[in-house]
Amino acid sequence: MLIIERATHDAIVAHARRDHPDEACGVVAGPVGSDRAVRFVPMLNAAMSPTFYEFDSGDLLRLYKEMDERDEEPVVIYHSHTATEAYPSRTDINLAQEPGAHYVLVSTRDGADSPAYDGPVEFRSYRIIDGEVVEEEVRVVGSYTETEGEN
Amino acid sequence: MAIELRVPTILRTYTGGEKAVNGDGATLAELIDNVNGAHPGLKERIVEGQPEELRRFVNVYVNDEDVRFTGGLKTEVKDGDVIVVLPAVAGG
Repeated sequence: MLIIERATHDAIVAHARRDHPDEACGVVAGPVGSDRAVRFVPMLNAAMSPTFYEFDSGDLLRLYKEMDERDEEPVVIYHSHTATEAYPSRTDINLAQEPGAHYVLVSTRDGADSPAYDGPVEFRSYRIIDGEVVEEEVRVVGSYTETEGEN
Repeated sequence: MAIELRVPTILRTYTGGEKAVNGDGATLAELIDNVNGAHPGLKERIVEGQPEELRRFVNVYVNDEDVRFTGGLKTEVKDGDVIVVLPAVAGG
């Protein structure tokens, strides 16, 4: 299960809507081993494409060095689909190389990017390991302090 | 002195869990061959094809420079250099 704070969830959705019709992407970093996604880091989609995303190579190195210095890991890796459901594409599955991450997908299809749209936006999470996709529950909380004492 | 190769999480199965391993060589290709001797299997996760090239969705940096801009596998390396391997974060 992915447990994520409301503010982070909303920031991911806002990024996806803002970058539509291109795919948006980024990570939410957290302390190694904590499974807490606390530091929202929107990234530039170097592919600037409605059907593909890729972190810029220089940005990628800076991000990983920064996480290393802070003892963090990418707890969430997110991106948007702009015309299809929030489910990993074959490309997503083939290229997923962070077995410890929650892969979050948001869909901005069917007008969900429009400023006037105020309905729900598809927000789903997966583990992708060795080509296997397993969807997991997403639980949105106001703050991680609400989950203290839980395993 | 040696050359340090920093390995991403997904490839640490080849290094016994180590984040970094040391090797030698005059070029990136030689270094990868050298490290692969002690950690078999690592090379084919970084390099593919014949002639050998870096995999499209693996990024390699020598002292923070992406080697795609410095000669790829032919990039010269020397003692004290730090080489970082990072899988691309990409998808469709």
